[in-house]
Amino acid sequence: MALTIKEVEHVALLARLELNADEKQTFAEQMGTILDYANRLNELDTDGIEPLSHILPVFNVLRDDEVKPGSPREEILSNAPLLEDQQYKVPKII
Amino acid sequence: MELHELTVHELHEKLAGREVSAEELVSSFFSRINSLEPKLRAFLTITEEKALMRARETDKLGKYEGLDGIPFALKDIFCTRGIKTTCASKILENFVPTYDSTAGRRLEEQGGILLGKLNMDEFAMGSSTEHSAFYSTCNPWDLERVPGGSSGGSAAAVSAGETPFALGTDTGGSIRQPASYCGVVGLKPTYGRVSRWGVIAFASSLDQVGVFSKDVRDCAIVMSIIAGKDPLDSTSVELEVPDYSSFLDGNVRGMKIGYPREYFQQGVEESIKTAVMQALKKYEEMGAIIEEVSLPHSEYALPAYYLVAPAEASANLARFDGVRYGLRDFDAENVIDMFSRSRSQGFGNEVKRRIMLGTYALSSGYYDAYYLKALKVRRLIANDFEKVFNDYDLIVSPTAPSPAFKLGEQTGDPLTLYMNDILTVPVNMAGLPGMSIPCGLVNGLPVGMQLIGKAFDEGTLFKAAHAFEQNTDYHKMRPTLGVK
Repeated sequence: MALTIKEVEHVALLARLELNADEKQTFAEQMGTILDYANRLNELDTDGIEPLSHILPVFNVLRDDEVKPGSPREEILSNAPLLEDQQYKVPKII
Repeated sequence: MELHELTVHELHEKLAGREVSAEELVSSFFSRINSLEPKLRAFLTITEEKALMRARETDKLGKYEGLDGIPFALKDIFCTRGIKTTCASKILENFVPTYDSTAGRRLEEQGGILLGKLNMDEFAMGSSTEHSAFYSTCNPWDLERVPGGSSGGSAAAVSAGETPFALGTDTGGSIRQPASYCGVVGLKPTYGRVSRWGVIAFASSLDQVGVFSKDVRDCAIVMSIIAGKDPLDSTSVELEVPDYSSFLDGNVRGMKIGYPREYFQQGVEESIKTAVMQALKKYEEMGAIIEEVSLPHSEYALPAYYLVAPAEASANLARFDGVRYGLRDFDAENVIDMFSRSRSQGFGNEVKRRIMLGTYALSSGYYDAYYLKALKVRRLIANDFEKVFNDYDLIVSPTAPSPAFKLGEQTGDPLTLYMNDILTVPVNMAGLPGMSIPCGLVNGLPVGMQLIGKAFDEGTLFKAAHAFEQNTDYHKMRPTLGVK
């Protein structure tokens, strides 16, 4: 079942995407089709099944907090779209 | 034989025997690249000047060990210091990393020489390389067809002899499926086997770095170099890396191979089933024990994957906001609009679709119904494999349900395109190693056979794949490059 345009707009806001009217319509239909397909998972009884988030039996990999050289500041900043006084500059936040 | 037809181990012999210099070798690959690229378009960036400089340095030292003087190329998802890394996306069109991926760095430390960066589906989302923001890559076996994806550039370049080997990444089949479509060897190692440091993340619980090569020996050589613990990737595992070449003994006598009945249904073309069944017969002749097995939850792997992978992608791709790097919309008046507009201009359709889907699956009210449900099904899929591996050494299946399809044929309905991954996705969900090797030709197009092993048992894959090569000639098939 297709999503409503309102639902698509809500998700787009959460995802920080600006969609035009055509995109909203297309995504409403396509996401509906994909979610219908995903609903097939409900054919399976998963009560009492432990969710598997990744396959490795490793948790909290820790290391000593030592100071080491990283990438040079100038190189990192050279990828910035806009700088002022060697800091990232963005439009007004508040 | 021409240099571009040779494998890594053959090229090494030529270098070590002083039959060819590194400079001559690297130059010959650039002439191959320059003559083929106008029609193939496997590369996004070519690093000719740097490569030739490195080749001359290698010749000056005059030592040819490891990968000294051997050219290679990287999918454009691997960060390369000082060399543009785009992930085939407009949002990273001008991004120049300040550090190298660990896998790429290890190859260079062993003397490998980077030829350039390879095309892919944007952010590794796709099965045809048609979702690259820049251009599509063609399949060397038929230029009207796709090379597969998302590592389509890697597969096409190795197949066409533009590079002796290449690295790619595989989240749901992105190494194995293009390897199958282009008739080369493609390995997705166990989750945690190879460091992902410096590899742009798609779905972090599924992504893994792997190898494209002309034959199994080359794959083993490269794997022995890139595998192993890396302090920079906490998901890389502290396990000793064997010399994978030591598994290449050609002996599969007594090896127990299961073929899952579910992988020979689900819309798999008859000609593909026939090719893989013949390969299984070959294994039987070689002394292996072949039996049908069942992985009963297979049909649920794909719907579960298309919730888990987009959910993780929506989180990973949140970092592309136009603040620190990448494309930015300069007209926005507030910062939220700047994020949204930059992302909307920078991401292609498939990427937006998956971010939307993943955001939806993780959003309040749907998390349990979709994301959590998918993780529980993921457990069932992993359990299926575990059960079979109690009794079997190896699982064999087709890699993809069909040979390479035509460019433009599957761009309409996303769900149809997702079906290409139906035989490869379960392996990522269970974190297991999977390899595709050529096992036949259908209407002049290569067919791949998928070998699936126990976690961290890449050795058995190498052993079985190499034994198959010793008894067949499919790995020697080369494309005609569109001249039919």
